[in-house]
Amino acid sequence: MRRYLVRKLIIYILTFFVAATIDWILPRLVSGNPISILLSRMSLQPGTYNATYKVYMNAFGFNRPWWKQYLTFWTSLFHGNLGVSIYQFPKPVTSVIADYVLFTLALLIPAILLAYFAGNRVGAMAARRKLLDNTVLPVGYLLTATAYPWLALLLAFLLAAGGIGHFFPISGGFSYGLLPSWNWTFVWSLITHWVLPFLTLFLVAFGGWAIGMRNLIIYELESDYTHYLEALGAPTRLVRRYAYRNAVLPQLTGLALQLGVIVGGAVVTEVTFAYPGLGWLVFQAVGNDDYFLLQGIFLFIIAGVLVANFIIDIVYVMVDPRTRVGISGA
Amino acid sequence: MGLTVDHLQVCYRTLRGDVKAVDDVTFGIEDGEIMGLAGESGCGKSTLGNSLVRMDVRMRQLGGRVELDGKELPISDAKAMRDFRFKEVSIVPQYAMSALNPTRRVGRMVAELLKSRGFDYKSALPELERRVKLVGLDTDILKRYPIELSGGMKQRVVMVISTLLNPSLLIADEITSALDVSTQRAVGEMLLEFRDRNFVKSTMVITHDLSILAQVADTILVMYAGKLAEKAKADVVINNPLHPYTQLLISSLPDVGMRHDEHTLVGIPGRPPPLLNPPAGCRFRDRCPFAFDRCGNEPPFVEVKPGHSVACWLHADGVSPSGGV
Amino acid sequence: MTVLRPDEVVAWEEEPPVATDAGSAKPRRFEFLYFAVRNKKLLLGLSIVVLFVLFAVFGPLLVQHPMLNYYIPFRPPSSSFWFGTNYFGQDVFSEFVSGLRESLLVGLLGGCGATLIGMTLGFISGYMGGLIDEALNVLCNIFLTMPVLVLLILVAGFLHHTSALVEAILIACTTWTWSMRAIRAQTFSLVSRDFVGLARLSGEKSRQIIVREIAPNMSSYLLLVFILSFGGAILTAASLDYLGLGPSNGMSLGIMMQQASDWNSLQLHLWWWFVPPGAAITCIVGGLYLANVGLDEVFNPKLREL
Repeated sequence: MRRYLVRKLIIYILTFFVAATIDWILPRLVSGNPISILLSRMSLQPGTYNATYKVYMNAFGFNRPWWKQYLTFWTSLFHGNLGVSIYQFPKPVTSVIADYVLFTLALLIPAILLAYFAGNRVGAMAARRKLLDNTVLPVGYLLTATAYPWLALLLAFLLAAGGIGHFFPISGGFSYGLLPSWNWTFVWSLITHWVLPFLTLFLVAFGGWAIGMRNLIIYELESDYTHYLEALGAPTRLVRRYAYRNAVLPQLTGLALQLGVIVGGAVVTEVTFAYPGLGWLVFQAVGNDDYFLLQGIFLFIIAGVLVANFIIDIVYVMVDPRTRVGISGA
Repeated sequence: MGLTVDHLQVCYRTLRGDVKAVDDVTFGIEDGEIMGLAGESGCGKSTLGNSLVRMDVRMRQLGGRVELDGKELPISDAKAMRDFRFKEVSIVPQYAMSALNPTRRVGRMVAELLKSRGFDYKSALPELERRVKLVGLDTDILKRYPIELSGGMKQRVVMVISTLLNPSLLIADEITSALDVSTQRAVGEMLLEFRDRNFVKSTMVITHDLSILAQVADTILVMYAGKLAEKAKADVVINNPLHPYTQLLISSLPDVGMRHDEHTLVGIPGRPPPLLNPPAGCRFRDRCPFAFDRCGNEPPFVEVKPGHSVACWLHADGVSPSGGV
Repeated sequence: MTVLRPDEVVAWEEEPPVATDAGSAKPRRFEFLYFAVRNKKLLLGLSIVVLFVLFAVFGPLLVQHPMLNYYIPFRPPSSSFWFGTNYFGQDVFSEFVSGLRESLLVGLLGGCGATLIGMTLGFISGYMGGLIDEALNVLCNIFLTMPVLVLLILVAGFLHHTSALVEAILIACTTWTWSMRAIRAQTFSLVSRDFVGLARLSGEKSRQIIVREIAPNMSSYLLLVFILSFGGAILTAASLDYLGLGPSNGMSLGIMMQQASDWNSLQLHLWWWFVPPGAAITCIVGGLYLANVGLDEVFNPKLREL
């Protein structure tokens, strides 16, 4: 079991390394010089351009050889320094992220968990009741085939902008007129602003999980061990319980793989609802050519996803009894 | 008592129509008897065996009646059959290698199975352990996962599990096909042991391998293309078969000490007829070296000598069709 | 299976264990065709997709009002403007046709690219095994765990001008991972079979073996993988375009939704601006998934319902 986890850990560290390197290389490969873009956004006195340029190049270290810059990148990373944001200059990237990260977590964690568990349950139920299956299947496929932005727009239109009614606010993390404080009005405002983005993420993910689980359960119900249990007269209760336990395993690995997709969905959803989370921040960073912020968020998201993957691996070891005996089941 | 099968017809539903895998089959197995059911692949023997325990989703009973120990066995009714399964009729399936839940320890699976059937695992445990040791395994396999066991071990574990509640009828479906010869012999001896110790009353051993039947079976029933060909005591079938198909089957077996350059093994040329639309008359006709014009009518399965039934016009003359035994 | 995960490789088995049709020499391809034309899901899914493709191809003939002309804005769908007009007064229908073509194109190219890359890497990995397989596996794992859209945003964000082709290439380069996993698993199971051993013994070169022996046996599987890649690419492209990282010039379904969102279509209740593009995506991708399920049934006798 330890070998399995250690191996996974090594892969995650490697992944982070590669991702961070890609993160570092990209701006240098693609646009060459973020400083000139930074300067173009500032209104400078004529004639001061060259001097300012030199100062910034020095300050950001762009005039040093590449390998030195790369090393500095890693050393500052270990110090928790992700650079300085351009868009919210001179705030450091880490504190910018800190302002927005809670909103995203409040969105992602419930959406992922609820969609996963509800999807599993409904999928399992659909696998054994034909009537339910006939509704769950098309609905699930439709949901999972829906682009996140469209569902977000649809929900916003119908439930916020007055398509059906104005049940929820249309944008923001909380009412613009409020100052963050721990009173009921503020918390209620947070909740109402949270509902629609959450619903968007939940529905699309739910469709996918329900269908996946349904197919897995059907596969388990056709397996040899199921037939043997039935031949020995086991009640459907026992058969279904075994099928469910066995189907959860590939679903769990699937969860780890789908994390990246739902994070992408969160980006789009937050943008639609102007919900102040990391996804929305990414959008702002791109729009403002804020490379450092963009790189920082990317690294942060990657780290988060990798940590989540590792947690799922640990859960998998607990759920699949075979891994505890030293046989890798995955 | 024992098993009585009366004019049983079971078919497979396919997109192209009904495949009559078991076409009007009548026979019986006594208590304490081990009957071998032999035939080539696709003759319907597995269908026959499985239909007595658990009908596949694609199988349908078209007619006939099955009785076990005097009571009717409701093979078409899955819900009603549940009471009989494991307790009265049990099966060691063809897929025994994958019959155990991969994510459960063997002992735990047995415990949960027994509990779901209303039996207490703790009280059954001593007997379970005794039988596990009987088949030559260590009791700690109950604490292992199926993936940790070899093929032969899994086969034996499944045999123990299937016979745990001392069923009246045990169906052993191709239990030696995936094993090496020495394990085959051990499994064959296990069947005999189970019968001798009264763990099971009647046994039906389904196989295409006549040699294992020679070792284990009391009687042998030969099936061809969904119909019964011959039934007799095992030594009679091996040494004095009457049906041309059985004769060719026996002669295609190599004898001990036979050298390749002295005898070439002769198989039976041709293939069995399609069971979707079987030909009229005797189904072995096209491959039979003794076929004559009477074979255009289907021969009845009749008892031509005491305890010996055949479905062949060569032997059916002058005997009143009293039905098979 | 909608999200075809690498661990969901279905073991394909044979027909019922009774001789049904001894001596019938129908080639396998025809057997698949026989079932294919009778499978409702495949037919329905395929017809939906084909419908949209035809619409994209012949759409421009139906367009009455050129996209770049400006008419009265905010008009709901009517007989002259089938999808109404947008904030600027452009005909939404012509935007839709144009966007549909672009989205389908990017989806097709991206899906093809992803399948090709996944195929190549999967074959190599599955066939060679050993160290190469381990290395490629690590690479695959790396890309698998990274949130694809975020990576794409990072890359596209730095490229200030992209075209449909570049977008397709980007999508192909980041979404090949699970198709590689699936193909690798299938290759593994085929490589251990006897006909490959025979080919090796008779001296066929590795590349030949892959192309001539393994690939044709997996052609049905490759088709399934391609269909899912196609659908996935359409969705990814839509999200990218929606964020403004799509082709700099031109129209796509995602760009339509972006514009609708940017220009207050929600508040102004211009639903005809964003409903059609998203609905089209849902229908096409849903049709692809449906066709995929149907195709799976055609190729895998075990799944066929009686």
